[in-house]
Amino acid sequence: MPQLDSGPSMNIAIVGAGPAGFYTAEALAALCPGCELDLIERLPTPYGLIRSGVAPDHQTTKTIQQTFERIAQSINLRFIGNVEIDRDISLAELRDAYDVVVLSCGAPHDAPLDIPGHKLRGVYGATAFVGWYNGHPDYAELAPLLDSPGAVIIGNGNVAIDVARILAKSVAELASSDIAAHAMRAIAASRIGDIHIMGRRGPIEAKFTNVELRELGELEEAVALAQPDQIPGALGDGLSPRERREKAKNLECFRLFAAADAAAHRRRIRFQFYARPVAILGAERVQAVRFEPVRIDAGRVAGHGQTFDVPCGLLVSAIGYRIRALGGLPVAETGDRLANAAGKITAGLYVVGWAKRGPSGKIGTNRGDGEDVAQRIKAEESAAGKPGFAALEAMLRRRGVHWSSFTDWKTIEAAEIAAAPAGAPRRKLVRVDEMLALCAK
Amino acid sequence: MAFAVTALCIRCKFQDCLQSCPVSCFYEGENMLVIKPEDCIDCGACEPVCPAEAIVRDNAPGAEEWVEFNRKYAALWPNIRKSGAVPEDAEEWVGVEGKLETQFNPAPAPR
Ligand SMILES: Cc1cc2nc3c(=O)[nH]c(=O)nc-3n(C[C@H](O)[C@H](O)[C@H](O)COP(=O)(O)OP(=O)(O)OC[C@H]3O[C@@H](n4cnc5c(N)ncnc54)[C@H](O)[C@@H]3O)c2cc1C
Repeated sequence: MPQLDSGPSMNIAIVGAGPAGFYTAEALAALCPGCELDLIERLPTPYGLIRSGVAPDHQTTKTIQQTFERIAQSINLRFIGNVEIDRDISLAELRDAYDVVVLSCGAPHDAPLDIPGHKLRGVYGATAFVGWYNGHPDYAELAPLLDSPGAVIIGNGNVAIDVARILAKSVAELASSDIAAHAMRAIAASRIGDIHIMGRRGPIEAKFTNVELRELGELEEAVALAQPDQIPGALGDGLSPRERREKAKNLECFRLFAAADAAAHRRRIRFQFYARPVAILGAERVQAVRFEPVRIDAGRVAGHGQTFDVPCGLLVSAIGYRIRALGGLPVAETGDRLANAAGKITAGLYVVGWAKRGPSGKIGTNRGDGEDVAQRIKAEESAAGKPGFAALEAMLRRRGVHWSSFTDWKTIEAAEIAAAPAGAPRRKLVRVDEMLALCAK
Repeated sequence: MAFAVTALCIRCKFQDCLQSCPVSCFYEGENMLVIKPEDCIDCGACEPVCPAEAIVRDNAPGAEEWVEFNRKYAALWPNIRKSGAVPEDAEEWVGVEGKLETQFNPAPAPR
């Protein structure tokens, strides 16, 4: 197609092949036809948290991958896997090579659980634990301890529910998932009976969404339980009509959980509210978590009463996410995103997705980000005559970096599908060297 | 497979679905939205977030005619990708029955 815009076309590097990266590529291809679009990803595989965050038993959510595959194959997009900014090349080098750089690298680090004992064996952040059961190469060797009857999950969002559900499901229930083989084996041998989901605030303040909550009431071998005296009879004031509807549905769920019978279930998911962790106890590995009961006074959490200990051999904290300063860039005060003004960091450098907004929204929310930033790039940037991929390729060759293409990913994917156990969609490869062995040289 | 918007959306039009839809398959009429069945990837992200509980999967009882309704109007109305204003009286129309007969406006959203 002839270029209607005047001048040469831009070359643009997008860093991170999660939802935000793909949506940005799609929007840029539509707005700036003819631009060179390179999608750089630290893993040999694309799709970010769709592959390594979204729960392995939520396969309908994972069908969104097909949308990204369609994007990759319908526009002129070069996937460059196994290349990490700050490891293989610096951000400064990348910016020297490309007219525009868009960061879509997510915010994938756990907010720290800053209490005594957090370094004990058996204590994991949600990123590590979720990465482990989803076969993320960084966490394939985690080998979490599932050998004690108690497990504690700290946090009141959907990630806490995902972790509890995966720990509570039977092998039969997980058979149609794409859970990593090592995790499937570990969960089949797990001795966990009681899974405590602990929250500092109450059932109304909890960030669970209703579908996720309801799902816990429909498990084969596990029952969800709540303490009747912790479930308020009414919603109270100060909620919008929409919040009222959502929270009312959650309360209804919790009332069912409060009335459920714990007997005759192999596993129990126990919701406990108004308790904040003060210490993790244990000599060499975690043996219990000490909590202090709290009251909510004028919206603030205040401790009151005797502490109590919840015995456990596994502790997963799912209390939020932090970003690490890529290329030394300033981080926003909240700690969970890069400092930016509506997606712009500085001339020629933009940010989208979780790295821009922090950990919020649904997968589709990243689409709006991509479209907005593409508009800005079209309006504010132009080709500066930088070399683009040629320069990147030269650097990668010089440094002996073996990168993967989208065709290589399709080869990896085919191998994963071919190795799938009966009823499962795929068996994930979890080691980078295994993946690279399948890639063209 | 696809999802479809039913009459429960009429005059509610909360547009939460747009935030969760990964493929922008919604189209906008004067007082409701519809899903283009050909573009829907059946991921199910929109259904639980609809405050009016207006979205159904195509295998739900009675859903077939809604898929056809959605197909028809998706061809006539503009694509909507980002949420606009929610009608001020949206809350009052949640769950009201018979809206198709008394409230539906087949006109496309003004653009
Ligand atoms: C446990 C969990 C479950 C979730 N479940 C759901 C769900 O069911 N439904 C839903 O709608 N949303 C869900 N989400 C949210 C959803 O995953 C996010 O909205 C979305 O993935 C954010 O997209 P992103 O592209 O900004 O970041 P990511 O998906 O995190 O993608 C970032 C990519 O950048 C790469 N990268 C990072 N640093 C570098 C670097 N230095 N160089 C090169 N590449 C790099 C990463 O490897 C990754 O592939 C879930 C999130 C989590 C954590």
